[in-house]
Amino acid sequence: MKKGGRKISALVVDDDRVIRVVEEKLLVRFGLETKVAKNGKEALDLFVAGNTFDFVVMDMEMPVMDGPEATRALRARGVDCMIVGVTSRGDGPEKAEFEAAGLNCCWEKPLNAQIVGTILDKLAKKLS
Amino acid sequence: MLGLSVEQLRADMNRLLAILFHQGVLDEQFLQLQQLQDESSPNFVSEVVTIYFHESEKLLRNLRALLVDKELSDYKKMGIHLNQLMGSSSSIGAQRLRNVCAAFRAASELNNRPGCLRALELLEYEYCYLKNKLHEFFQIEQQRMLAAAVRYPAPQQHRNNPQG
Repeated sequence: MKKGGRKISALVVDDDRVIRVVEEKLLVRFGLETKVAKNGKEALDLFVAGNTFDFVVMDMEMPVMDGPEATRALRARGVDCMIVGVTSRGDGPEKAEFEAAGLNCCWEKPLNAQIVGTILDKLAKKLS
Repeated sequence: MLGLSVEQLRADMNRLLAILFHQGVLDEQFLQLQQLQDESSPNFVSEVVTIYFHESEKLLRNLRALLVDKELSDYKKMGIHLNQLMGSSSSIGAQRLRNVCAAFRAASELNNRPGCLRALELLEYEYCYLKNKLHEFFQIEQQRMLAAAVRYPAPQQHRNNPQG
């Protein structure tokens, strides 16, 4: 997938190695350029270092800095790219708090091809 | 001839998968993983599953260690480990394991030690079952790949052995 001649870029943020490997492979299969981070702090550091992404897949529960905290920090910095939350918890107060932190949408794990397709559709609408 | 039929082995693999789907051990996320396997990563599924087993065994050991401590069971830490195990299990399609984790997490959030112990026993059982079945699956897959290589040998063998 390309945006104006360059590949769409995504950042996968998850403390679990299995999930990082699977989500990264899934996004690469869609033609995206991807980076990974093990927690919210690593994700924030990537943005502080000047990296930009078209969207972020953000896990909710992580050590050091969790998804809600990282999302709030990114929005406070003026990061306005899509941030897609993923969680192993269904609907509930934790998910609501995560959404309120500044997500564009939130999905229950696991990320799959259908969800990625939906995210890319939303991204296309956002950019047009 | 080695007596190994590619078609037979493929049928064995499909039969094993059908059983695991029927039992609810695996769900369609496992099929998503298979679809990610391609020429650039021909062993993707077995590599991911190997990482999953390695990480899960650490988490299971940690959970057992936390529960063995009768005086002070750190339910919050248990919740963190369970969350990881739930997420990784769901990402490879290990549906039954994921569901047992959910029940375990619910018990840990109520500080219910007997419930947690029961859930841990079940988790360890389900984990062993999944590990054995997936090892069986990958062994058949390896045999199938070997049989396919024998069936379609490299071109130079045909030049030297026109009968072959």
